[in-house]
Amino acid sequence: MTATFAPVLPGSARPDASAPSTPRNLPEKGGTANPSAEAIAAKFGQAYIRSEVVWGDTTVYVRPDSVLEIVRWLHDDPSQRYDYLSDVTAVEYRDPEQEMEVVWHLRSLPFRRFLRLKAPLAKGSPLVVDSVWPVYKGADWIERECYDMFGITFRGHPDLRRILMWESYREGFPLRKDFPLRGRFSRAEQLRQALSITTEGRYSMEELSVAEAFEDLPEEMRRRLAGGERTGE
Amino acid sequence: MGLSQTSPTSALFDSPNQESWVATRLDFLVNWSRAKSLWPMPFGTACCAIEFMATAATRFDLARFGMERMSFSPRQADVLICAGRVPFKLAPVLRRIWQQMPQPKWCISMGACASSGGMFDNYAVVQGIDTIIPVDVYVPGCPPRPEGLLYGIMMLQEKVMREKMSDAAIRNEMEPDPQSGLYIPASKIDELSEPFGNSVQQTRSGL
Repeated sequence: MTATFAPVLPGSARPDASAPSTPRNLPEKGGTANPSAEAIAAKFGQAYIRSEVVWGDTTVYVRPDSVLEIVRWLHDDPSQRYDYLSDVTAVEYRDPEQEMEVVWHLRSLPFRRFLRLKAPLAKGSPLVVDSVWPVYKGADWIERECYDMFGITFRGHPDLRRILMWESYREGFPLRKDFPLRGRFSRAEQLRQALSITTEGRYSMEELSVAEAFEDLPEEMRRRLAGGERTGE
Repeated sequence: MGLSQTSPTSALFDSPNQESWVATRLDFLVNWSRAKSLWPMPFGTACCAIEFMATAATRFDLARFGMERMSFSPRQADVLICAGRVPFKLAPVLRRIWQQMPQPKWCISMGACASSGGMFDNYAVVQGIDTIIPVDVYVPGCPPRPEGLLYGIMMLQEKVMREKMSDAAIRNEMEPDPQSGLYIPASKIDELSEPFGNSVQQTRSGL
């Protein structure tokens, strides 16, 4: 059961929320932790790994299979109310043994809190986590970007396709450490592949069908759209 | 008496070794009209486009060169000004825009990134738009100052003024190879975009 959406108005912050102020002289490690970290540890003991405070921001490490559950609770619970997902991304470290991390940046406007959730994905295991799209609809494109750049599969995402690179891009996931900066193929081959894309194939038929321009599309295209056809795969 | 050996009207018509007075005057008139009313198609993708806007604005005033009429449709444009880096995803778009422009047409590659990929020697950026479309004038700079772009435009005007109707090749549309879509041989593109400078160390991650 999702809590009803309440618009954020000036003065709508909770009275017990700390007053906004520019943080100064923050220690690199340690400091006041976000109370949500303790709440997660208390409620999700199995999934909670550890938490740390770096430059005043709290990071909570959780197990990847319970991320959706935790995010849903953070969003719905009246004592948390994280109503804004600012980013979903991933980190890969130079140490080849170290796990890859998927990162969620959550913000609670009523409590004026910032929380960073991290889920480590062991090397060698499939890079799969649950999509938080059922909780935050805004996760749609940022999860697609994370998939495009790191190759992390978000289970339950409605339309997990590449978003920055074109859909027939075959060189891999550019922000992974094993990806060469100049790409895997030669310049001429990259150019040849890029020039062979049909420009309208970038948009899926679904995207075209929900666009406001649907009525202006050629008859043949509207017919294909109505038949449920998709391009750009 | 030596003058009477050529008839007074012969200078009006073409002879095998020189163009006639009529042809050269007509060339001059046509070239002059073209050069002084180039309609630019601004293809601005990055910070160079900001300098391009400054060039078009009052202080530098592109209108002095007959270019105040920006053509945002390629079908009514004479000169494509590519201002900024072009990622591979945009390569077919740029090619399509160029193909949509009617002859006569010219192209100015503005800035280091459009001309050579600039500092973006990575997986995403085209290493010079001359691998996609033919370029007439390259304007160096990162980004070039408005004076630089104006100088490039004046060079293009000079180039237009030198065109001759009798030159059969001048309006030939460059047709890319139907197999690969490239009009420069693949080996040449690879040779031209070899890593240099810091890029040599950046090529492999070591994993």
